[in-house]
Amino acid sequence: MPKVSMTVNGKSVSAEVESRTLLVQMLRDKLGMTGTHVGCDTSQCGACVVHVDGKSVKSCTMLAVQAEGAKVTTIEGLATGNELHPMQAAFKEHHGLQCGFCTPGMVMSAVELAKHNSNPSEHDVREWLEGNICRCTGYHNIVKSVQAGAKAMAAAK
Amino acid sequence: MAVDGIGAAVRRKEDFRFLTGRGNYTDDIDRPNQTHAYILRSQSAHARLGKIDASKALKAPGVVAVFTGADLAADNVGGLPCGWGIKNKDGSAMHEPPHPVLAVGKVRHVGDPIAVVIAETLAQAKDAAELLKVELSDLPAISQVRDAIKPGAPVVHDGGPNGNISFDWHIGDADAVAAAFKKAHKVAKIDLVNNRLVANAMEPRAAIGEFDRATGDYTLYTTSQNPHVIRLLMGAFVLHIPEAKLRVFAPDVGGGFGSKIYHYAEEALVTWASAKVGRPVKWTAERSESFLSDAHGRDHVSHAELALDKDGKFLALKVSTLSNMGAYLSTFAPAIPTYLYATLLAGVYTTPAIYAEVKAIFTNTVPVDAYRGAGRPEAAFLLERLVDIAAAEMGMDRVEIRKRNFIPTNAFPYQTPVALQYDSGDYFATLDGALKLSEYSGFEARRAEAKKRGKLRGIGISTYVEACGIAPSNIAGALGARAGLFECANVRVHPTGSVTLFTGCHSHGQGHETTYAQLIAERLGIGLDQIEVSHGDTNKIPFGMGTYGSRSLAVGGTAVVKALDKIVAKAKKIAAHLMEAAEADIEFKDGKFTVAGTDKSKAFGEIALTAYVPHNFPLETLEPGLDETAFYDPKNFTFPGGAHICEVEIDPDTGVTKVVNFTAVDDVGRVINPMIVEGQVHGGVAQGIGQALLENCNYDDSGQLRSGSYMDYTMPRADDLPSFKVATAITLCTHNPLGVKGVGEVGAIGSPPAVINAVVDALKDYGVRHIDMPATPQKIWAICNSGRRAAAE
Repeated sequence: MPKVSMTVNGKSVSAEVESRTLLVQMLRDKLGMTGTHVGCDTSQCGACVVHVDGKSVKSCTMLAVQAEGAKVTTIEGLATGNELHPMQAAFKEHHGLQCGFCTPGMVMSAVELAKHNSNPSEHDVREWLEGNICRCTGYHNIVKSVQAGAKAMAAAK
Repeated sequence: MAVDGIGAAVRRKEDFRFLTGRGNYTDDIDRPNQTHAYILRSQSAHARLGKIDASKALKAPGVVAVFTGADLAADNVGGLPCGWGIKNKDGSAMHEPPHPVLAVGKVRHVGDPIAVVIAETLAQAKDAAELLKVELSDLPAISQVRDAIKPGAPVVHDGGPNGNISFDWHIGDADAVAAAFKKAHKVAKIDLVNNRLVANAMEPRAAIGEFDRATGDYTLYTTSQNPHVIRLLMGAFVLHIPEAKLRVFAPDVGGGFGSKIYHYAEEALVTWASAKVGRPVKWTAERSESFLSDAHGRDHVSHAELALDKDGKFLALKVSTLSNMGAYLSTFAPAIPTYLYATLLAGVYTTPAIYAEVKAIFTNTVPVDAYRGAGRPEAAFLLERLVDIAAAEMGMDRVEIRKRNFIPTNAFPYQTPVALQYDSGDYFATLDGALKLSEYSGFEARRAEAKKRGKLRGIGISTYVEACGIAPSNIAGALGARAGLFECANVRVHPTGSVTLFTGCHSHGQGHETTYAQLIAERLGIGLDQIEVSHGDTNKIPFGMGTYGSRSLAVGGTAVVKALDKIVAKAKKIAAHLMEAAEADIEFKDGKFTVAGTDKSKAFGEIALTAYVPHNFPLETLEPGLDETAFYDPKNFTFPGGAHICEVEIDPDTGVTKVVNFTAVDDVGRVINPMIVEGQVHGGVAQGIGQALLENCNYDDSGQLRSGSYMDYTMPRADDLPSFKVATAITLCTHNPLGVKGVGEVGAIGSPPAVINAVVDALKDYGVRHIDMPATPQKIWAICNSGRRAAAE
């Protein structure tokens, strides 16, 4: 079995995995990082979004071996101790989550949008999140959260 | 009022763990020495099941065991029970065929489980499943209810007394309806389909069974909305394990919408298998598997007629519905198209005579059960489409015809002709509120402006009532419920004054950990950080019926209030003793016990400490401790209602419908947390718009599921929906102490007819009377462009 090494949330990690192992399976099953979720099997729902070398990626669409040497950030790596990242804080403030299952992917995806666009319009947010499905919120409060989070991220720079 | 008490938009206590990836969902749990299960499912919709040869699979790497229906039968494992019995028109019992955990003799739908492979890893279990040899000989199959009742149709359950009909039920006064139709000035008629949906909670179902050989105890970790119900059904009917030996734990659950109410085969399978293999057994559904095994929702085919007098008053309503049950009766399936559907056909109107008949039909499809709204969306859709058609036939305004037939606000309590008695409501207030908020009066100008851009703009109204918190138990029992419908709460005050609430309801997105804490903060005058809410674990919670039917506040919250009543009553006794006063003189407010007319006081925390350190305590008359449990069985349903107004714009060149405005003004009773209430409405409306425009669970005529993944089942996405205008206009429930009604389902009930009424309005120049859901671009483009208008009728 191939051995894969990468940096996850700033820590060097390595594991022996079957070559067919997906990045999300390595994160959840080998590294015990269960914040990244699997909500579908067709790369549609976006619950598994993480950042690989700074870009948001559906970790169910990537083999673990493809992430060899990469810097991976998951939802667990976003907050600083008990202090929420501005995007996480915005989701809490604006009730952008209910059951919480899609939330890690939503937040990771939103953080990348905010990096490119510090003041996204409602249209921008809805277009960007087209690849993240939420069944609880109707997206109304997610849109508000992402707009507020993007502004807060820009202000914190 | 406490700062964080009733009415405050408190930010949720549960959010920190979800936002930081520290939720604890079933699939996040791994047990020591765990094995993995993969379930081989039927790819045939209907087939004779012959021999299953597992010899090769058993030799595959990592395989621990393979089990089939024969193994379960040998262990006397029972079938999955149905929790609601319906009687036929003649009083006889419904046809209730067995629902085996693993198929025996026949498979009856694509996805019917045939065998389970248990291996060291999931990949090994899947690989080995490919080596199973299963003899299947295909039989003709049926997926649509209209086909299933034709003479000579394939029969799903051999030997059924009435072909594929499970029951043929009715409600109301057929003679009164017939007499009223004879006097009618006009009759509005409609044939409609309520499309089959899949709940699609974002967390796929999962289950882990674990058997402790040392104690003989079983634990089931499962994605359930009601763990005690699962313990009862699985323990008593399927695996014959006494409750005391069975713990069911539903940790964080990623959405339910009804689909996680039911007792599923996989729960029994992993629990039973964990004892057979002597190791924990874990199963997690893949999304494709969820489409083939989670109970589906809706799937009605109906004909309805409404008789009107010359003033547009409704005289009588008759409805005939075929309801698809799927291949087996799911846990609460028979209740949905009967007591949660036909009893709502009075809606918000004074229609004096109603008669409805419902045939429940078996087909070769996944079982159908409650999905957000469960019966009430089907009733609201039928009624609100019919009212719009009646308005058109009468040449009346759509607002006017509704108001003319509304139950007057001073007529409550109002007895409908279909069994329910509404306790409170004000349908004029919610409709007027929605008309204003949606800027209804300015619509024609917006329509004209859209026309200049080549777009077809339409507006639609729906005014609805629904019923939440099924109750009381004795009435439900008389109507066929095989369970109680109370709720339980245990308020445990700890020695230093912090509180844990153990509730039998279950939160899977609804924010109970916050809302219930607000009830306690309000009553006891303590901070939210002093309150924890515990749910989901049958080993911690005395009992509970779980969360569905928007019952958690109306029933579960009332149980909390009743337990708090007991806490305060006992605390007053302790306070009276400490302050050497008469109990009758003790007042409790803002967390302080005072003696009326004096400056003596004791803080809540001091009373708690005294209860557990009873050195100065009336031990001869009072037990130490401060820990109270209440069971609450409601006197009636609650009846939320409201008005939804949808505005759409259709592009005739593409057939695409865009929802440009959506307004919901709902009466949900007293609001505890307005932020959470609005969020519930948003989510429900999104699912309703999804049903109306996007979602369709589609079977072909041979029973193959054509919409089995997110590639083909159109889940509403962020760019499919607008932001919503949401408000409340409340009346209080009169029979529970909080005056609460429920909000979980209103959005999904009120919205689909508002959307379709708007689409039909937009297409009125094309002569369209009705369009079935989902109103896809394909259907609308055909209407606009190819003269095939009849196709959409």
